[in-house]
Amino acid sequence: MISLTGFLGQIFAVALALALAPLLTGWINQCRAWLQNRSAPPLLQPYYMLHKLFHKDVVLAHGASSLFRFAPFIVFGCMVLACAIIPSLSSDLPFAPAADALALVGVFGLARIFIALAAMDVGTSFGTLGGRREMLIGFLAEPALLMVIFTMAMIAQSTSVATIVETLAHRELVIYPSIAFAGIAFTMVSFAENARVPVDNPATHLELTMIHEAMILEYSGRHLALIEWAASLKLYAYSCLGLALFFPWGIAERDNFLALVAALPLLLVKLAIGGALVALLETINAKMRIFRAPEFLGTAFLLAVLGLLVHLLLETQA
Amino acid sequence: MPSLLAIDLLLIAACLWATIGLAGLAAPRNTFFVARVLFPLGALAGLLVGATGFVALGGAAQTAELLIGLPDLPFHLRLDNLAAVFVILLGIVSAGISIYAAGYFRVGEGTAPGVLGLEYHLFLASMLMVLLADDAYAFMVSWEVMALSSFFLVTTNHRHDEIRRAGYIYLLVAHVGAIAILLSFGVMTGGAGDYTFAGMRAQDLSPFWGSVAFLLALFGFGAKAGLLPVHVWLPEAHPAAPSPVSALMSGVMLKTAIYGLLRVSLDLVGTTLWWWGVVALAAGLLTALFGVFYATVQSDMKRLLAYSSIENIGLLAVGIGLTLIFHSYRMEALAALALTAVLFHCLAHAGFKSLLFLCTGSVLHATKQRSLGKLGGLIGPMPWVAWLALAGVIAGAGLPPLSGFVSEWLLLQAFLFSPGLPHSWLNMIVPVAAAAVALTAAMAGFALVKFYGIIFLGQMREPNLKDAHDACPLEKLGLVWLAGLTLLLGVLPGTMIMKLDAATRQLLGKGLADRVAEQGWWLLAPISPERASYAPVLFLITIAATLLFGRWIVRTLYHGRVRHSPAWDCGYHFQGPRAQDTAEGFSQPIRRIFGPMFRMQRHFPSIRDRAPIYTVKVEDHFWYWLYLPIARLAGGISALIARVQGGRIAVYLMYSFVTLILLLLVARP
Repeated sequence: MISLTGFLGQIFAVALALALAPLLTGWINQCRAWLQNRSAPPLLQPYYMLHKLFHKDVVLAHGASSLFRFAPFIVFGCMVLACAIIPSLSSDLPFAPAADALALVGVFGLARIFIALAAMDVGTSFGTLGGRREMLIGFLAEPALLMVIFTMAMIAQSTSVATIVETLAHRELVIYPSIAFAGIAFTMVSFAENARVPVDNPATHLELTMIHEAMILEYSGRHLALIEWAASLKLYAYSCLGLALFFPWGIAERDNFLALVAALPLLLVKLAIGGALVALLETINAKMRIFRAPEFLGTAFLLAVLGLLVHLLLETQA
Repeated sequence: MPSLLAIDLLLIAACLWATIGLAGLAAPRNTFFVARVLFPLGALAGLLVGATGFVALGGAAQTAELLIGLPDLPFHLRLDNLAAVFVILLGIVSAGISIYAAGYFRVGEGTAPGVLGLEYHLFLASMLMVLLADDAYAFMVSWEVMALSSFFLVTTNHRHDEIRRAGYIYLLVAHVGAIAILLSFGVMTGGAGDYTFAGMRAQDLSPFWGSVAFLLALFGFGAKAGLLPVHVWLPEAHPAAPSPVSALMSGVMLKTAIYGLLRVSLDLVGTTLWWWGVVALAAGLLTALFGVFYATVQSDMKRLLAYSSIENIGLLAVGIGLTLIFHSYRMEALAALALTAVLFHCLAHAGFKSLLFLCTGSVLHATKQRSLGKLGGLIGPMPWVAWLALAGVIAGAGLPPLSGFVSEWLLLQAFLFSPGLPHSWLNMIVPVAAAAVALTAAMAGFALVKFYGIIFLGQMREPNLKDAHDACPLEKLGLVWLAGLTLLLGVLPGTMIMKLDAATRQLLGKGLADRVAEQGWWLLAPISPERASYAPVLFLITIAATLLFGRWIVRTLYHGRVRHSPAWDCGYHFQGPRAQDTAEGFSQPIRRIFGPMFRMQRHFPSIRDRAPIYTVKVEDHFWYWLYLPIARLAGGISALIARVQGGRIAVYLMYSFVTLILLLLVARP
């Protein structure tokens, strides 16, 4: 049944996601600047950006349809839903039954379709290019992500994210070799899905290789703010999903208020370390050509399938 | 006087359809009478069929005998739960298509509207009879009427060469398939000569003959459904047919083949061997991947949808394969899960694919264009069609919260249980097959984004598209009906799954209803809520609430000002419609990454060309690998036979004489 703590925890988790997501982006940008010997932008720069963008007028291109104006809100809604499902502080989420891990992949897919369609809406060369590339990366990354989820779901005997986390975090510690494969595959997929360096570069415009930035070129004002915020939320959601699947220790269980209090600083520490690692990986890698991306994601897919096979071969007899 | 049974109502509806069709002959050239009077009546009969199916589903099987047919073999009819599911599908979907067709058919070339109406309604009635047939004879007669009426519908515009060619290929494949089905029925009678389905159920076939019957049925029904390698008629026939006919064929007729396959493999054959499931699974996976790869590279909007139908049929075959594997190991609860996914996907696909085909019909009427390269920006002049098509696209891409996602989700849940199979390597290979299903679903998204983005979004690629008009009210009604079906199935899947329970219980003895009912109407948890759950209502509410609340809060805290200006596009000013991706451009990554999958002919312009032209033609490997060799073989054999046939009557008389002598010699007592 829905408990009051569960309900409050749910609202708190969503609010925390909305508040922390730009901070995570800012932290990664700061770390990256340090690693690249640049002077870093302030940690709160993404908030200033959002505030500024919300104040600005929307400059709408001629020929933009109503779909173009709806899409940012729908994308933002999808990301809020994703953050509501993924356990960050506590696995006691009344909202979790709404979507399991497979439906979570569907939520990301829905957001992707809307942003790709919006990119095609104005009918510019960069927009359609971005939309096509986003769908390409999407359909290469989605099966790999699903295979990772399959592996975890078979270990936990459930596709519910909350149950997977409870199984992995609170039962006896068993080392599953398949999780290592799944973890590497998941990392690769999240870099591709969040438009990070080996596949896309979030820092540049005006580059023929851009993907995400090419799609949102025509957006401005509050629409752009929502899309940027949604992109931060997506990064946050993927980070929390990764932490929940592979480093679940410290996520509070049902009706355990004390653990909930302890979970927040732990989450901040985990996110800080994770963000620094993302910056490090982005710095030591070079952006690859777009047609190398299928190889990169194919590798991720094979690793995920390998993880599944390892699980089926070695871990099911027990 | 006995009360009216559901099966009687269905027979009345079939007669109604036939009568409506014949009524069209009274005024074959009167488009207004046929379109505005007869087609809406046909839609009403469709509603009657759908409602009757809904009432009958879950009840006891009903039988009837018609006094037509062979002298000692009347038509046996039976309405059981499996048939009822497909009767619902036929009724509800055809109602939407008929009401759309009422607005669609205009005065034009080709078959006279009255004759067209006759073919259309006979097609509907024959599909209903296929579902009700309870003996091989009635089944084959209805099956043939269905094939022939749809052949005439495909060749409505028979003045075009390519349309006649498409119709011929369709007729050929349909008949090769029909022969296989007939042989399969023959095997299942086991030599007892009893052609009723009850007689076939009573037969205890040996594993060998059972396998023969199953493989023949898989081939025969696969030819109708579009399984590899007998899929070639689909991408030819769908673009050739008028859009409501394409919708009916893709949405409903392909499902009668799925019905036949389920009927034979789970009901009539009796035994099930595990490798049948593996064969169906493998054929389905190949078909699904093939269909979706080719869908992404098409430039004709109806061919794209036809290949997408091949993909969906592949997914259905995967589901059937999984059902058979679980069923052969007596894991009936899991088989029920997979079968529910199959049945649900039948309904979902019927809804969204008919919707998409009808949308292409409206686009075709408004623009006279089928080629994606000459469309674009139609969301402006055709907002209704565009927004309703978006529902079809989201469902077709298998995304929540619409209907396509539910069946995909159920199928993946069934795959998650396959490691429990008591077989040494099957339990490892089958879960990996889920990876291919995931790839298919993701690529379907790519294909449909291309479909939607290039037709409805962007700048208009031709100047005359400005004059495009939206669908007429009757067309809109049909589209809204089907879009509503897609939404309803997607948001309240539990209700339909409860109904489907009767069909799975009849075939497998197990269903999902108990557990689904426990969780309440809003939560779909086919196994247990701890294991897996999905609540599309919450889903929809959250996204809608964020949309409205987000909009409100942004406008309250900040402002809602909008300025209009030309597109920025990194400061490049000359943004003509030619700067956008064409259909070929959009699928370029696919052709590049998966090049060996396609047979491509490309022409690149050189830098010195005064009028540079780029062309790419993608063809199906199967024509060259399979069909042309067969055609050449058939040609060779007939050339040999032609030598014998000199055309001189004296020679023919001599042949008869020699044959007579030989017969006398052989038949000598």
